[in-house]
This record gives sequence, structure tokens and C-alpha cells, in this order.
Amino acid sequence: HRNLNGAGQFFSSGHTNNWAVLVCTSRFWFNYRHVANTLSVYRSVKRLGIPDSHIVLMLADDMACNHRNPKPATVFSHKNMELNVYGDDVEVDYRGYEVTVENFLRVLTGRLPPSTPRSKRLLSDDRSNILIYLTGHGGNGFLKFQDSEEISNVELADAFEQMWQKRRYNELLFIIDTCQGASMYERFYSPNLMALASSQVGEDSLSHQPDLAIGVHLMDRYTFYLLEFLEDIHPASKTNMNDLFKVCPKSQCVSTPGHRTDLFLRDPGSVLITDFFGSVRKIEITMETINLTDPIKQMEEK
Amino acid sequence: NGRAIKLSKVLKRWEASQVGDVDPGMSVAPPHPHTNTDSFQEELVVRPLHSGDIYASFQFRTVWEADFSRGNKVSHYQLFPKSLGQVISKFSVRELHISFTQGYWRTMQWGQPFLPSPPGAELWVWFQDSVTDVDGTWKELTNVLSGIFCASLNFIDSTNTVQPSAAFKPLGVGNVTDHRFLRYATLPREIVCTENLTPWKKLLPCGSKAGLAVLLKSEKLFHSSFHSQAVHIRPICQDQRCKSTSLELRQTLNAVFDLHTSGQAKREWSLFKMFSRTLTEACPLASSSKIYIDITDNSQGEQFELSPASSLLSQAVVLGDRRTFSVYDLTDQATFGSTRSLNLLIRLKSTDGDMLRPLLHAERYVAGYGLQTGEIHTVMYNHHPYRSFPVLLLDSVPWYLRLYIHTLTVTSKGKENKPSYIHYQPSKDRLRPHLLEMLVQLPPNSATEVTVEFERALLKWTEYTPDPNHGFYVGSSVISSLVPSTVATNTSITQEQPLFSSFFPCKEELSYFVRVYTEPLLVNLPTPDFSMPYNVICLTCTVVAVGYGSLYNLLTRSFQIEEPSPGLAKRIANVIRRMRGVPPL
Repeated sequence: HRNLNGAGQFFSSGHTNNWAVLVCTSRFWFNYRHVANTLSVYRSVKRLGIPDSHIVLMLADDMACNHRNPKPATVFSHKNMELNVYGDDVEVDYRGYEVTVENFLRVLTGRLPPSTPRSKRLLSDDRSNILIYLTGHGGNGFLKFQDSEEISNVELADAFEQMWQKRRYNELLFIIDTCQGASMYERFYSPNLMALASSQVGEDSLSHQPDLAIGVHLMDRYTFYLLEFLEDIHPASKTNMNDLFKVCPKSQCVSTPGHRTDLFLRDPGSVLITDFFGSVRKIEITMETINLTDPIKQMEEK
Repeated sequence: NGRAIKLSKVLKRWEASQVGDVDPGMSVAPPHPHTNTDSFQEELVVRPLHSGDIYASFQFRTVWEADFSRGNKVSHYQLFPKSLGQVISKFSVRELHISFTQGYWRTMQWGQPFLPSPPGAELWVWFQDSVTDVDGTWKELTNVLSGIFCASLNFIDSTNTVQPSAAFKPLGVGNVTDHRFLRYATLPREIVCTENLTPWKKLLPCGSKAGLAVLLKSEKLFHSSFHSQAVHIRPICQDQRCKSTSLELRQTLNAVFDLHTSGQAKREWSLFKMFSRTLTEACPLASSSKIYIDITDNSQGEQFELSPASSLLSQAVVLGDRRTFSVYDLTDQATFGSTRSLNLLIRLKSTDGDMLRPLLHAERYVAGYGLQTGEIHTVMYNHHPYRSFPVLLLDSVPWYLRLYIHTLTVTSKGKENKPSYIHYQPSKDRLRPHLLEMLVQLPPNSATEVTVEFERALLKWTEYTPDPNHGFYVGSSVISSLVPSTVATNTSITQEQPLFSSFFPCKEELSYFVRVYTEPLLVNLPTPDFSMPYNVICLTCTVVAVGYGSLYNLLTRSFQIEEPSPGLAKRIANVIRRMRGVPPL
């Protein structure tokens, strides 16, 4: 029996800070949509309150200032250039050749060289809720990084176990938008992990719409509908994870999105979207006045 | 009573520590009488170019009264950004110059830039002489700067860092010229985008909210032919006697906008067309905020028409040339007129008229064929009609292009031209690059060609980038020189002067310092077929599986005789017999 009102809700989630690790693993101009995917999630997460210092954004290639981009310094998610997800205030922590499997795993486990700056570190603790979003090209049990190396689902599961043993997260939400994405969360075995994927094993995740002026596909279907869903969320909304599982049914996505909640201790219906996508500080306003001088008086008398 | 006195002492200490951080062990220092000693100036120079393009150069200068040379600790920051101040004090940096450039500066079409920069990222630093391990400090500094500017500067390591002996002298005051404390590196592949502009803008005292920085919108700035943003930190003298130094931070941004890609068929430029913004106020923290429009070629209004007109004029000698500028002072409310916003309009008229030909410019290219050998050619042009001058050429070539220095030739006008100073440091595989510095005298009105042959190395397969067929970049050559100016020498003849002062040439505009960067080179290295390991594994495993499997089967398979399956009647009979416990047929 959970008390979801008042003080009960204040203590039900158990986290005190939010982090996000958003990774785009594809290089080359025709993979524009993967960068747009990651930037859409970045934009939503920033809008809902997570600051840049708590977001580790990894983009494997530069699309905004690419020489093939007819509109420099922009990355669009909707055709006819409706929404520029790149914006004016963006901080990319790992870019270009720095996005490698090794760097990704080092960020997750915290094993970085001592001279790494703070903006490139995931400084989470045991009260942090972390959102991890991966997108790129993948297959059954692996995700490709920059067309030259892969990360397997076993490595990912072991990295999360390392994070659990080092107390680097309180709860973790893992979202992946790639072909056969459900294979990536099959091997998880650490507690407090919830996972979502854009397609089941044996299915391909498809892209959404091309823009004729830019000449490439702008977004992937799952993340496109995820962005639409997140645009309706504001910091005080009470939408929970069950609504997130319903995003992009087979009629819209062509592939079947999957999710995994057996390792998660709380009921997904009681988990708010803003527990992972936002950084909501719960403030309690009190009208009492508190007299601070009395305890000093007591000490003096001793 | 006692408690009240204790509390007031605590409050006084707390108040004093607000002025400057107080170490509990140290005695409280009295607050500095002049706490407002930081100063900030901003300016924008706009120069219409002869091709119809326009060159805009922003400079933001913050001067900080802090002296780090004696290891003083500073923790009160006013206008100077705290992130850079902490970096300077922690790594004992005397001078720091970092630039991010997209595009290549076309000297012959655009003239000389105010502040040159090579394509990609360039970083050079002079450390204080108190630093014991310069290489370790350099590595940490590049990592910290990569976090501040969101750039992959952490790829700067010993394989692309050099210690130039003569080409990069300190630009600030100080007498340390031991080049062991200098480090120089370039990353020609580095891209510049909004994520680099955002932290750069956050270093300004007014941010991008007031003053000239409101014009810096990324969508227009990156839609240009050339874009370069830089940060220069150096010590300067506080006053005439130079007893103590203060730290100067200059943030510069140069951009060249192309007339045709900016859209609209009209041949005019305005602040709104360039930056999609107009100015409404100066930065309140700035002691001076000005816009200069170069009207030297427009003395009779034949080149362009400028509105609103300004009565303020200023003359300055820049890059050996006496230029006239129309000045708009943004600290004066009258500049904004009745609409409270300033949108300068430059309507271009004729395209006649020659640009002042730049005296020094350079090109570089790779010659040869195939994937084994090649030649690097650097051509330096001296367009002065009768004066020759020396230039210092700095070349830093990565180790995987093995230079054969015995093939180095320098020719001018067909004849060999021997450099008077050569400093060459050979490369070490995977450790350090080639460094070649030469002092070459360029004859008047000539082209000097420097050629050197190289051989391409085969890298280990893990050393290739994810896109090796793009090629590998070689950083720009740097050509530094004191160029004699043609214009200044002409004026010395026409002016009336007493004879005792005009025998020896002593005009201050006689020569000016110029640094020219060549193009970076893109060289293809022999690339292996990266799919081959996969193919080899598949083929080998298939052969092994088929061979071993067949052998195993031959050795261990045994044959058994199997009865043919009985008919339906017999099967029913067997079932009944099994039920009765009788052996089957």
C-alpha cells in the first residue's frame, strides 16, 4: 500500500539528483537521424530541468556544422524544418572520435583518467536516478559504435553491475532505439533497472520521414513519437511509466517496442516520468518561524 | 554581554571574508581600496571587401589586476571569468592563445585579417618558469580546456605538440624566452559549432545578453565563409613604469559573410542581414563600446553608402596601412536615435577599385602520385616591388609522413636560396612529429618554393580512425615575418621635416608583424581492408569445422541396422500385447 499524496510521495522515489547519459553512436551524414534522436532527448531532458552539468552528451559526428547541411548550426526533427533540436545553448561533452566503447564504459563506471574535466564525468551517487539513452545501428546482442567497433549486451550488463556494486545509481532507466534493440537488455541482472527498446529481436527499427531539402531521414520512428510524448510533459505532470510503455504502438512504429521491468523494485505505475527525465526538486514551504538562538543558549549554560 | 560580543566578532569576520576569501589560518587582509579595477572594452570593426563580401571582427578585452608571477593566490573574480582564472593560476600559465576556426582565410581576395588563425583548433601556451614538469602540465591543461570549450582538445598529446624555437615569441611582457616553456599544437580536423560558441560567450562579463555580444547568433555566424573565435590571455604592463603586470583577456571573433549565400539579391549589408539582430544598448559593464566601419576606400562615397552617418572619424595605422574609420559610440545614447535601436546599413555601389595587394601570402600542396611517396610544396609570395624581407617558416608534420630532409630544396626565381637559420627536430614513431623552422629571405616580387619529399608509413590497424578513407590531416604551416609597409614609406617622403630628424628611417609604421597560415594538407595513407579479419575468421572456421567434423564422423560413427516400421495392423497388435504384458511381435 503506497501513500502517493503529500509526504508519502516525497519519500516514495528515494532519489535526490538526476543524471542523463545520451549517446549517439553513428558517424556519417546519412546517419543524421541518430544525432537528431539524441538531441531530441537532450532537449526534453533539459527542458524538464536537468542542467548541463548533469548531462553527459556524446555525439559521434557533427551534423549541425557539417558542410552538407544546407542550414548550418541546426538539426531538425520535423520535416519542413519546424523544430530545431540543436538550439543555441548546447554542450556536447564527447564528440567525434571520442565516442568509443571504452570511453562510454569508462563514463558509466567512473574509471576515467585523473585529468578528465568535470563536464565529462558521471558523478552520480547512490541516490541518483540515471537515464541512459543509446541510439545507432545495432543487431542481435550488439550496438555498433562509429562503424568500427561494437558493444555487446553482456558488456553492458556487466557495466551496470559494476555501477550497482559501486553504488553509482539508485534507479536506472535504459532506453535504446536501434534495430533488434530488445536484445540489448536481455542480459541485465542488476536490481533497479528498467529498460525500453524500440524493437524486438528479429525486427528492424525504422526511420520516420525524410526532408527533401536536407536530403536525409530526420528521425527514427520510436524517438519521434517519444519526443511527441515528452513535449506534453511538464515538470509538474503526474504521467507514469505505464504511459511511456504505450508510446509508439505497432501501428505507428511498424516494429514492436519492448520493455523490461522485472528487475525494478517499484511498481512502474507509481514511477513518474519526471523521476528520470526531469530534475524535480521537491520543496516544502512552511509558515512556521524557527527560533535558532535557543540551542546556543543551552550550550552556553553547560 | 559576552555572547553578543562573540556574535558580533563572528559577523565582522564573515563580512570581511566577503571581500576576499580568507584562509582561517591567515590574518584578515584589509580590503583593497580600489576593488573596481577590472576593466572591459568591446569593439566591432566592419570592413566591406572588394568582392562584395563583408568582414566583421569583434574584440572583447577584459583587464584583470592580478599578478600571478609570484605565486599569489587570487580568489575574488569580478569581470574576469572564474573558469579561466582558476586554470591560469593552477597551471602557472603566462600566456595562452587558443583559436577555433572553420574555413580558410583567402588572403588574395580578402586582404590580411586582424588576427590570423589556421583551420581547426590551435593552442599555444607559454608557461611560467616555475613549472617543473611542462609536459605533464601541458597534458592536464589540454584536458581542462577541452572541458571548458567542449572541444576534443584532449587529442593533443606528444604526437602533435612541438616546441618552436623562434616562430612564437611571447606577445605579452616578460623576459622569459626559454622555449622549453613553450608548447604549440594544432588539430586541423577539429570542427567548430554552437557547442564551442556557447561556452565562449559565457566568458564575457555581459554574456550574450547586452552589448555587442547579442549579435553573436550561431545560425548566422556559422552560415559564413570564414568563422574564427579565439581567446588570448597575456600579461600587460599596468602603467608606464611597468612595475607590476596585469592580465589581459582578449576574446576575438572574426567572420566573413558571403554576399550570395546570405540570400536576397540586393547588394547591401546591414547588421540585421549579417546577424539577424540589431543593437539596443552597450554592455553596462563596458568602459568603451564602439563600432568602427572602414571607409578608407570610400572617401568620395563611390564604393558604398553608409547610414546612419556618423560624425566621429578615427584614423589608425593597421597592418601597415593608414585606414580611416567611421565610429559609432554605443555608450552614447544618441547613437541609437529615436528608434532606440541601431541597424547600420551599407549599400554597395560599384565594384571598381583595386584592393591593396597583400605583400605576403603562401600556398601549400601535396605533389606526387600513389600511396607510397609524395612531396610537400610550400610556396611563399613576396609582392613588394623592391624590398626583400626575411620570413620564418614553421612546419610541423606528423610522424607517419616520413620526411627526407636531404631532399629539402628552397628555390626563388629558379635559383637556390639558402636559409640562414634552420632548426630541425626529426620525428620519432608514435612519439613526436617533425619540426622544421627556417629563416628564408624572400627576394622582391618573387615566389619562393620549399619542397621536401616524404614517404607514407603503414599504421597499425588499431591506429586508424573510424573513417580512414577520408585521409589524414597535416597542420598548416606558419609563416611569420616583419613586412615592410609600402604606404608608410611613401608618406615619409611627402611630409615636411627638418633635416636632422629625417636622415635615418625611424617611422614606427615602417614594418609590421604578419603571420600567415597555409592550407592544411589532406593526405591519404595506405589503408588496409578492414573487413579482412572478419572474412579470414569466417573462412578459417568454416574449413576447420568441415575438416574436423568430417574426420570426427568417420572415426566415431557407427552404423546400426534399423527395422523398417511395421504396418498399421501390427502396430495395433503390439499395443494390445504391451497392455497384456506380452512381448511385442
